[in-house]
Amino acid sequence: MAKSRDLCRRIDRSDGFATLTLDLFSGSPNPNPCSYSRSAKRVRVSCASPAAAAAEENRSNPFDSLSEEVLFLILDRLESDPLDKKSFSLVCRSFYAAESRHRRALTPLRSGLLPAALARYPSVSRLDLSLCPSVTDAALASVGGALRSSLRSIDLSRSRGFSYAGIESVAVNCAALVEINLSNATDLSDAAAAAIGRARNLEKLWLARCKMVTDMGIGCIAVGCQKLRLLCLKWCLGISDLGVGLVAVKCKQLRSLDLSFVPITEKCLPAVLQLPHLEDLALVGCLSIDDEGLMSVKQESKSLQVLDMSNCQHVNHAGFSSLLSKTPELREISLAYYCKVTHSLASSLQKLYNLQSIKLDGCEVTTSGLKTMANSCRSLGELSLSKCSGVTDEGLSFFVTKHKGLVKLDVTCCRNITDLSLASITSSCTSLTNLSMESCILVSREGFRLIGQHCHLLEELDLTDNDLDDEGLRAISGCHNLSVLKIGICLKISDEGLIHVAKGCPNLQELDLYRSVGITDIGVMAIARGCPLLQIINLSYCTEVTDYSLRSLSKCSNLNTLEIRGCQVSSSGLAVVAVGCRKLTKLDIKKCYFVDDAGMLLLARFSQNLRQINLSYCSVTDVGLLALASVSCLQNMTILHSGGLTSNGLAAVLVACGGLTKVKLHSSFKPLIPKPILEHVEARGCLFQWRDKPFQVELEPSEVWKQQSQEMHV
Amino acid sequence: MVPERRRPPEASSKSSCSMMSESPRNRKPDLPFAPFDSTNLWCGDRHGRSFLEFSPPLVTQSSGLFGPDRETKSKKQHEPSPVDDPVMDWNPRLMLSNLSFLEQKIHQVQDIVRSIISHEDQFLDQANELAAQQQLVTADLTYIIIQLISTAGTLLPDIKNALLSTNPAVGRPGSNQKQHEILPVEVAKASQYDSLIKDLNSCGGKEDELIKCSNNSGVEASEPIPIEDHDTKDNDDGMDGENLPPGSYEVLQLEEEEILAPHTHFCLICGKGFKRDANLRMHMRGHGDEYKSPAALAKPSKEASIEPQPLRRYSCPFVGCKRNKEHKKFQPLKTILCVKNHYKRSHCDKSYTCSRCRTKKFSIIADLKTHEKHCGRDKWICSCGTTFSRKDKLFGHVALFQGHAPAIPMDDAKVLVTSDKAQVSEASSGMPGNMGYNFSGNTSLDAQSPDIKGVDDGHGCFSPMTLDACNIWGLAEFPHSAYEVSESTFSFLATGSCSSIQRNGEN
Repeated sequence: MAKSRDLCRRIDRSDGFATLTLDLFSGSPNPNPCSYSRSAKRVRVSCASPAAAAAEENRSNPFDSLSEEVLFLILDRLESDPLDKKSFSLVCRSFYAAESRHRRALTPLRSGLLPAALARYPSVSRLDLSLCPSVTDAALASVGGALRSSLRSIDLSRSRGFSYAGIESVAVNCAALVEINLSNATDLSDAAAAAIGRARNLEKLWLARCKMVTDMGIGCIAVGCQKLRLLCLKWCLGISDLGVGLVAVKCKQLRSLDLSFVPITEKCLPAVLQLPHLEDLALVGCLSIDDEGLMSVKQESKSLQVLDMSNCQHVNHAGFSSLLSKTPELREISLAYYCKVTHSLASSLQKLYNLQSIKLDGCEVTTSGLKTMANSCRSLGELSLSKCSGVTDEGLSFFVTKHKGLVKLDVTCCRNITDLSLASITSSCTSLTNLSMESCILVSREGFRLIGQHCHLLEELDLTDNDLDDEGLRAISGCHNLSVLKIGICLKISDEGLIHVAKGCPNLQELDLYRSVGITDIGVMAIARGCPLLQIINLSYCTEVTDYSLRSLSKCSNLNTLEIRGCQVSSSGLAVVAVGCRKLTKLDIKKCYFVDDAGMLLLARFSQNLRQINLSYCSVTDVGLLALASVSCLQNMTILHSGGLTSNGLAAVLVACGGLTKVKLHSSFKPLIPKPILEHVEARGCLFQWRDKPFQVELEPSEVWKQQSQEMHV
Repeated sequence: MVPERRRPPEASSKSSCSMMSESPRNRKPDLPFAPFDSTNLWCGDRHGRSFLEFSPPLVTQSSGLFGPDRETKSKKQHEPSPVDDPVMDWNPRLMLSNLSFLEQKIHQVQDIVRSIISHEDQFLDQANELAAQQQLVTADLTYIIIQLISTAGTLLPDIKNALLSTNPAVGRPGSNQKQHEILPVEVAKASQYDSLIKDLNSCGGKEDELIKCSNNSGVEASEPIPIEDHDTKDNDDGMDGENLPPGSYEVLQLEEEEILAPHTHFCLICGKGFKRDANLRMHMRGHGDEYKSPAALAKPSKEASIEPQPLRRYSCPFVGCKRNKEHKKFQPLKTILCVKNHYKRSHCDKSYTCSRCRTKKFSIIADLKTHEKHCGRDKWICSCGTTFSRKDKLFGHVALFQGHAPAIPMDDAKVLVTSDKAQVSEASSGMPGNMGYNFSGNTSLDAQSPDIKGVDDGHGCFSPMTLDACNIWGLAEFPHSAYEVSESTFSFLATGSCSSIQRNGEN
């Protein structure tokens, strides 16, 4: 007993150990039970030999001497990786039991596993059913019965097939329930809302796209769940001012309210603004709110901090200024796709002393407006001018010199800015961590040099479709903290620049090289070696990339997303990745003509975590696809123009893949697959998308493609 | 007949005499009335118009004379021998007593007017007293004229029957009695009436106005809006909102009979009653070519231009009512129509019952019709059992009371059924066909179930299937005890609407 307490203390004191070795078999009289090393991540339990362990088991299991408390403390450190926990539970029975009792969050792959999972994990508090496309009322009833006291959160946002009764059984039985996500339950009606209303302790509720819920339903929720802190009613088209007004009257604890795309008018706004704790209000796309309405609102809100009024097309600066004058504590404003940012609007920001973030995506910005805004605001941390027209060097330079504390800046598609802007940005905003400047085509090598020189704190940088070359890339590799780098459609970069990046940015987790055709295996190999934390890589249409790249990437064990459209890879390369990158969840091998059934067989064998795959134009036949069907996680498949595929094979795959939620197929298959099968698969929660795209084998050169896409822009 | 409205003073008594002697058929315009000069058309003539205005009481009065129920109740003590036989043309004795009645009344008025003249300078200071006197005169004159016409009406056999049939014959014996008590019994003479009118005219503008006012009110009541028309319900509250200081307007008080009269326009030849003067004018064409002239058929124009109109408000004859001028916090009614609606709604029996809910009663048939449009559509229900015809009312109610929630009756039963199916099918799932069943079955049924809002017919939300469910939620959720319901929009689920639900369910 004393030993285990000592162990607990040691585990407690050690923050974030990487490896914990428990030496339970050494014969020393007072063994040192713990030793730490930081070399590997897994828990390694040293056993003398399997035979010895088996022999030991007969007498007394040495692991039994570890108290549950100790095991729980160990498990607490394993939250980051689900595979570690799995390994842990496979050690022995007591470890298995401890893991079962310890687990709090459960994300079952399909609802069929739910009864077994609930039996094994009795104290789950977070149940995420977003991977289960079909959840029946019976399943929900079993949840309500099994997790009576422990369940605090349930996510049904991607599930269908349940009705009001299922929700009620959960809401009534689980008294501790504080979170329900019912988004996308488009067929749920007021009866379901009334059932939710019986969960008296509910604090967070998402009802996005519950289009059948009317004021009556939301009224039941408002009366029943008076502790609500977060309510998302996005796209609830059946709800009007009355329902929202009642929510505002009854749920005084509300912190966050999302009324985006709800057909409300200004009539409910006074009540909403009167909520004493309201901090976050989203009114995106509320087309019934107009200037006059907003000006008629007299209610002030001292607590509101975040306001999103994007896409409110009938609100102009007069109404908006009036609203801003009522909400003095605002920290963040989003006005995306708002008409025009002029002097008058910008000056209305003057009273907002705490303002830190402004998002003006897609607005028409004038230089004077930008200058006034710069003068009106105290110190902004975040500015988004993405897709704004009218952003000039003059305006942007003036702005950044006034706001030196800027951390995030988005100037995507501000095609008029040049190195001048970048000079002011880099010289004033040295603490910048996020910079998005996709399609800023006038920025030259000098601009990129300045970024690399001054912005050492940059973590995310988007230079897609810029005039970037190897020199620029070399400069940018000076930002050593980079974790996300997007340099797609930069036709001038080559392996040389990429090698610099690999050397300079060891923390890189996401790299986008879409259509950067200058890249070959050498560059990718350098990246794979220099950036071991890589999780997402996009090499689509880098036509020089071959199996060698995949071999090197297989060393990046964290890789979860791999897009290699149109690369010259084969099944063997894919197999190596499948073996090396066990966390792979998204794979896009469209137009990898050499990938065939062999690759699929190995992929199915090793990549058991695969969720999404695109197999269009591959040389995969029924055999390979059937093998793939054994991947139990698979949810999303796109198969267009795969020559070797027959309708029978496809039908068999569809039936075999239990967890499919979305399948994109060529429309010529639609009449060939037996209708009952389609209906059955649809009933399981799968959505079919029938596409009729022409067969197009030839890859057009990237220059031509870029030319075409630019013409489309203009 | 219109031009004949003007009754020269001398002719008036004559006419009543001649009416006694002559058969109505023979009476041509020249007989009862003096020849009229075409400048003095109906519209232009104040006294003539006053007939118009005061004609309604004639109806009730005469029906009171002849209707058996009324006469036995109230008239007996004053009218010595009412005619028991309704078929009889006319009773000379009764006529005599009526005329003496009139005479007495005219004397009375004469006295009052004389006193006004003698105290003219005093009244200058005491405007209120003068106004009171004026009202008295008006009331008396009104009565005299009514009585005259009704007396004349007894000569006409056809009008009598018509009146008997049209008059609802509901009256308040008490109020009738009171009215008659103040009538002194004396015989009126034509010359006296004449002099009275002269006096009135000589008294100057005030009396003039009084009479004119009644003209106007008559026009108002009769002209654009039929009595049963209920669009003006909002005007019902008359003075609410406007805050006239007392004394800044004249107060007129119509008698109950006037208010309840179905017709306001009467043919002076045959006595037939009409609701609109336009109808009367159309009718008059049948009495001779002289009524067919454009001038006779023209709509009487308002004589507003002559003098500025003083504000005129109306008082309800029911003593104790807030709308009665005796009330401390008197709130006058704006128009005659307001008076009519107010009086019927507040002081009359509610004889029209809604045939659907059998609980709501109305005294005005238009109110009933309005209600019937919405009855049975109280689809907005609170968990306490109160039903509302409007959603905002329900939400106001829910917002006000703790613990009350909107009740969702709609497709509970259906949902239950589908969930059962889903469970069954899940249990038996395994084969593709079977498995398909639970999901699609669920959604399709859900899609079928109509949203409560989308239903147009009143009882659509209670489909045959949901009969049981209705009972279930009715019993489980709604306490049937009486909640305090004061608003007219409320109704009890427990009593009326519950039965209607069941009926709907059986449909």
